[in-house]
Amino acid sequence: MIALERRAAPSRAWLWGAPLLAVALTMIAGGLMFAALGKDPVAAIRTIFWDPLFDPQFAAYSRPQLLVKAGPLVLIATGLALGFRAGVWNIGAEGQYIVGALCGAGAGLALYPMEAWFIFPLMVLAGALGGWAWAMIPAILKTRFNTNEILVSLLLVYVAESLLASAAVGVLRNPEGGGFPGSRNLSQWASSANPELIAGTGAHWGVVAALIAVILAYVVLNRHLTGFHIKLAGQAPRAARFAGVNPARLVLFCFGTAGLLAGLAGVFEVTGPAGQIGIDFNVGYGFTAIIVAFLGRLDPLGILLAGLLMALTYIGGELASFMLGIPVAAIQAFQGMLLFFLLAVDVLTNFRIRVGRRDIA
Amino acid sequence: MIRRTFLGTTLLGAAALAFMQPAFAQDDKVKVGFVYVGPIGDGGYTYEHDQARLKVEEHFGDKVETVYQESVPEGADAERVMTQMALSGADLIFATSFGFMDPTINTAKKFPDVKFEHATGYKRADNVGTYSARFYEGRAVLGHIAGKMTETNKIGYIASYPIPEVIRGINASYIAAKKANPDVEFNIVWAFTWFDPAKEADAAKALIEQGADVILQHTDSTAPHAAAAEAGNVIAFGQASDMAEYKPSPRVSSIIDNWAPYYIDRVQAVMDGTWESDDTWDGIGPGMVEIGEITAVPDDVKAEALEIRDRIAAGEYHPFTGPLNRQDGSEWLKEGETADDATLLGMDFYVEGLTGDIPN
Repeated sequence: MIALERRAAPSRAWLWGAPLLAVALTMIAGGLMFAALGKDPVAAIRTIFWDPLFDPQFAAYSRPQLLVKAGPLVLIATGLALGFRAGVWNIGAEGQYIVGALCGAGAGLALYPMEAWFIFPLMVLAGALGGWAWAMIPAILKTRFNTNEILVSLLLVYVAESLLASAAVGVLRNPEGGGFPGSRNLSQWASSANPELIAGTGAHWGVVAALIAVILAYVVLNRHLTGFHIKLAGQAPRAARFAGVNPARLVLFCFGTAGLLAGLAGVFEVTGPAGQIGIDFNVGYGFTAIIVAFLGRLDPLGILLAGLLMALTYIGGELASFMLGIPVAAIQAFQGMLLFFLLAVDVLTNFRIRVGRRDIA
Repeated sequence: MIRRTFLGTTLLGAAALAFMQPAFAQDDKVKVGFVYVGPIGDGGYTYEHDQARLKVEEHFGDKVETVYQESVPEGADAERVMTQMALSGADLIFATSFGFMDPTINTAKKFPDVKFEHATGYKRADNVGTYSARFYEGRAVLGHIAGKMTETNKIGYIASYPIPEVIRGINASYIAAKKANPDVEFNIVWAFTWFDPAKEADAAKALIEQGADVILQHTDSTAPHAAAAEAGNVIAFGQASDMAEYKPSPRVSSIIDNWAPYYIDRVQAVMDGTWESDDTWDGIGPGMVEIGEITAVPDDVKAEALEIRDRIAAGEYHPFTGPLNRQDGSEWLKEGETADDATLLGMDFYVEGLTGDIPN
């Protein structure tokens, strides 16, 4: 008989061992799937995990792309993690990301074609405010009317998507675009461009912002009273109340921070890698960031690693898809396996497996 | 780890530029990449592009190698996919969706020796050509059948995005349907997607509930056909692909995109070293647009539809022939006048008789 027994304290060895075990299990299960599809499993797994980092043909381009892909994920996930720690469930980062991009792009395009140093900072500010304001809707509805923040924030994503579609074919449409939807290309307008800061690194301002956010979140969580309140509210809401934590203020803080960071991610994306507002500008960073946040165990440094790992599976998955002809669905299943095993083996951190009969005292 | 990545990439920064040249193919094979917006199993638009890819392989045998990437989002991801394809040694890349336009131009700048072909766009460069099909010619044929077949005089139209191509299709269908049946009304739903079976099914159901017994679609899945089959007494038309699994009814005909001759032609040009950037816009005549077998309609309707098809193919009839007014009543084309390509390419207005506004 196999039984799970709660550990007195989380195992430090498994804290680090679990992710490695999960990756190993994913490689085995994924390899079996690729073999069943008639593809060479070793080549597939090497293409996903190794080639983007070390293949001489691709690595010089793929490695910087890891940062491009991980930047928005880490930025958004860091904000979400604060709320998730406190038991405040913001599921609508995708919407905050969209509104941030819209506000940022709108603020810039209003001044087109002026060239001035202050345009980009203004756009960043507008984007952050836009994301913050969009997050304030579910936050205030929760603190004032006790609505469910999960539902409201999620449904506001669909509102934001409609705003995006409307802006792409309406107010923000490129007047020189021949009637096609989509804004002017912001990455090709010097005043609004968010280029690579050092050529060949992929690091644009969004990546820098993500690193700063990780450091600040780490400091807030570990060295600041607010961080203590967040953790306390998540672990023991009643105790938090006695300790003088104001739940409403905490909800506003968590939503506000997450919205601000998601808005920043949006504006950095629209001025950089994406370049323009289009109907399908959002590609799910806000939702994937939820996975990244949990994958990183809601810890800022963990999120940084988790974001890079997710980015690796995206970029490596693309390579495997066209180099080896693996269907996209199989790549997505492989990513799903990785997440599944990571969360599944987490159980070993807090529990130990006992084989044999349980002693009856 | 992040620090190592930073250091590593900074040192490699200069080397990166050197790597930006495509690796020369080890053999004489021409490598052709295809970037798809949907899954190859969509049964519609992407499916037909992939069928054409397979025909390229069939035609050239081992002189060609093809790779493809499906379900690529339109934006930053598309640029990465194309860059990685170019790095893998592709000589020619077909970017098959409108939204890949800027990513194609950006990637093409980095790889001057790689040829790019972008479908349905308007930006070209020395190594970027564009191509599209005159789908509106096919829509005129389908519009005629739709006008003849409707009994409720209500035709539902599932539109994707308010871009000129889609608006052109709506106008062409409407003009033909109205000619066949002066009482016809169009009800247009904007789905804001190229491929989303759930959304498309919802749109079809809503249109059917509002009395439509004919569904036209400019989205790529077969979901509207399933909805039509479920409702009964509703007909639909295949979009981009034949959608033959719904033959003979509810699918009574279809517009088929046949990209194979064009793709074979362009691959040949790369092999011969004669490839040049240009803009191709072909219709029924050259075979880029085909009308699928017409089923389950009266013989006279079928004969009329085929006649329209043949006259368009022969250049005797233009689907946009005056007199035609714009929706606001102002004159667009005089008696006997036909639309010029520039107006068609940038079409942003409905013709007279259509109701509702183009989302804006």
